[in-house]
Amino acid sequence: MTRPHRMSYEDIAVTVPFTVPYERFSIRGAHWFVGRALDGLIREAGLPKQSIEGLVVSSFTLAPDTAVGVTQHLGLSPRWLDHVPTGGASGLMALRRAARAVQSGDADIVACIGADTNHVDSFRQSLGSFSQFARDATYPYGSGGPNSIFAFITAHYMQAYGATREDFGKLCIAQRENARRNENALLRKPLTMAEYLGARPIADPLRLFDCVMPCAGAEAFLVMTVQRARELHLPHATLLGAIERHNAYADDPIFVRGGWAVDAAELYAQAGLQATDIDFVQLYDDYPVIVTIQFEDLGFCAKGEGPAFVRSNSMTHDGSFPTNTSGGQLSAGQAGAAGGFLGINEAVRQLTGAAGSRAVSNARVGLVSGFGMVTYDRCLCTGAAILAAASA
Amino acid sequence: MTEPLARPPRKNPVLRTPLPTLPPGGRSRVGLGLTAAAAVGRFMLQHCRDCGAVQYPPREACHACLSVRLRWRDTDCGGELLSDTRLHHSNDLFFRERLPWRLGLVRLDAGCSVVAHLHGDVGPAPARVRLRLCLDRAGQAVMMALPPQDTPDMNDDPQLREMTCDPKFRKVLVTDGKSMVGQAMVRALASAGADLIWVGHAEPWKRMPGAEGLSALPQVAWVPLDVTDSRSVEELAGEIGGKVDIVVNTAELHRTHGISGRRGVDTARAEMDVNYLGLLRLAQAFGPALRGRAADGVPSAVAWVNLLSIYALTSFPAHGTYSASKAAAHSLAQCLRAEVRPAGVRVVNVYPGPVDDEWNQLLPPPKVAPAALAAAVVKALREGTEDVYPGDVAQEWFERWRDDPKALEREVSAGG
Repeated sequence: MTRPHRMSYEDIAVTVPFTVPYERFSIRGAHWFVGRALDGLIREAGLPKQSIEGLVVSSFTLAPDTAVGVTQHLGLSPRWLDHVPTGGASGLMALRRAARAVQSGDADIVACIGADTNHVDSFRQSLGSFSQFARDATYPYGSGGPNSIFAFITAHYMQAYGATREDFGKLCIAQRENARRNENALLRKPLTMAEYLGARPIADPLRLFDCVMPCAGAEAFLVMTVQRARELHLPHATLLGAIERHNAYADDPIFVRGGWAVDAAELYAQAGLQATDIDFVQLYDDYPVIVTIQFEDLGFCAKGEGPAFVRSNSMTHDGSFPTNTSGGQLSAGQAGAAGGFLGINEAVRQLTGAAGSRAVSNARVGLVSGFGMVTYDRCLCTGAAILAAASA
Repeated sequence: MTEPLARPPRKNPVLRTPLPTLPPGGRSRVGLGLTAAAAVGRFMLQHCRDCGAVQYPPREACHACLSVRLRWRDTDCGGELLSDTRLHHSNDLFFRERLPWRLGLVRLDAGCSVVAHLHGDVGPAPARVRLRLCLDRAGQAVMMALPPQDTPDMNDDPQLREMTCDPKFRKVLVTDGKSMVGQAMVRALASAGADLIWVGHAEPWKRMPGAEGLSALPQVAWVPLDVTDSRSVEELAGEIGGKVDIVVNTAELHRTHGISGRRGVDTARAEMDVNYLGLLRLAQAFGPALRGRAADGVPSAVAWVNLLSIYALTSFPAHGTYSASKAAAHSLAQCLRAEVRPAGVRVVNVYPGPVDDEWNQLLPPPKVAPAALAAAVVKALREGTEDVYPGDVAQEWFERWRDDPKALEREVSAGG
């Protein structure tokens, strides 16, 4: 049921996936990571800086600056600019906005950058001022940050649909296996089920390996027309479809489904594909329960069948349902807003033959999702995109 | 079921007294509507005047119809616990020192989802709960999910006790134990489980009826205290200031005049000396030690109670100079609250209507009985509220004052 007047994305290329290596802590500012990302993009694309006509930036730690401050900091003069401060959904939202800017001619080449630094104390300081609702109605309750909210969601999901700790452990262990083939991942030591189950408790039922490790780093890519990418001889993926949704199912008493469920049919219709055509997925993985819920909401199984889906599939890069082949944020680390770009970059690498030893064989079509902003009792922003290998 | 609180051992003088920490106290202005409700022990949420929607967390507009005509209304506090967790990690010092800490996500019957502190007697989800708006140690409103009916010893729950100022096992100073209210206060605190009650008397040679009976209570120790005498106040603070957990300032002088009923200022000055300057002397002498001991284990310093009067809000002209002295004390109590709140010490202000004692002999009933007044103070300490309006007259004046202070002024001057 594609909306009749929604314009296709089919002439859009996503290219030059660039990662500024992650560090657990950094004494540098967010601007440093944005700068390294921009430098990486133009070097790898072989373009002069002035050719970046459009810029979209996502960052939690850029304050007091926004994207416009970056233009002066780094000497850019774009004719199109956007700032997308939506964390885990920012990559998908940046991609959608950049694609439309390119299609309309408002910018020829758009650089999309998610970058954050991480000082020893910056995570704690960001929590209390995250949103008005966080300040009024969640942070004064134990100050656990998102862990408390996702503990509620995980405990409730387990009770409602029979998921077990072992199901989530299987996902985390598979992602760790994938991370062992990603030299940028911060956590590359193999994870056993005993280690997963016996890890330090954080917020029942969540334990240490259910939670991402905040870090510093950046992820960035370029958006341009397919024709332009060909002229520049840049390996690229094409964008078949993309959706976003905010504050979906607001009347659900507790989060059991995300906005993907509202728009998944539209996503597949726009791409002219079905869920069964997808070769791999890069699903936003702030906590393993969210990956499980997305298997349902994105149509790979029915609501409530996520646990059975996990049990009957293997999620490693060479498994029956390759998921988060970079290791995801759970093993690579969560570099702030860059976490919302990680899946897009990994998908482009998989579709352009740049995934090295973790390549999914014969990968032609991949699905990427984003999920962001726990302003109160749930994440508000959802997004997803289907990317395909460029035809030769 | 909550394990009853064990009598804490004597303090080890070798150990350092931990410094007080507070839970996060920042709130938006609309969020402070919850604090206003919690201060008086009411459960209120934002209701839309136009479409009737109930909402939480507080907002600047109705999430359903976008109206800005929102008001705080008493709301059904029943709900269903949907999910619960026990935090083993916190990013905040206050909670880090108190882990593990239980939290619940509650769906109110009124239709909002609420993150709440979770009482130990609430079983795992799903379970019925009732929510209470409590003031936390930062003095801000928080939601606490309690079992649907009271359970034995539920006030001893460690998380609930962090929200309240329960006198159980605490040491209390009642600044004047000879008045009818003072005596009732001492008895109520003794039955509430106070460990030790120092009872001040300004003029030991005066024998007040009933006062002798207090001496029979094992918790009671009489101490000389004249709040009009700085030296007397300082001497007592030097002796017991480092041990007092709760100060209950009952010292007051009440005469029944307006401006023209009595010439000169001697009586008015005497009222100010006890009711206003007495509080100032006490606060200067006892405040610092109270602040320093606000995290001193189970019997930590927690509260300062002021016996004010509903006449502090609007003058009762027949008792005009008394009203003025109580208005001054009310203002000073707000200052005291601002100064001790950063340590987590609560100032409880009590605004009774006429008390049924000798100075209100000529006022018609209803008058609040000293025992009822004392019971209201103990209830406030146990439930953690900070503004108390005991008795029917006080409740009615408070409602009228909240509704329109100017109208109340005219109503009172026309004869009440």
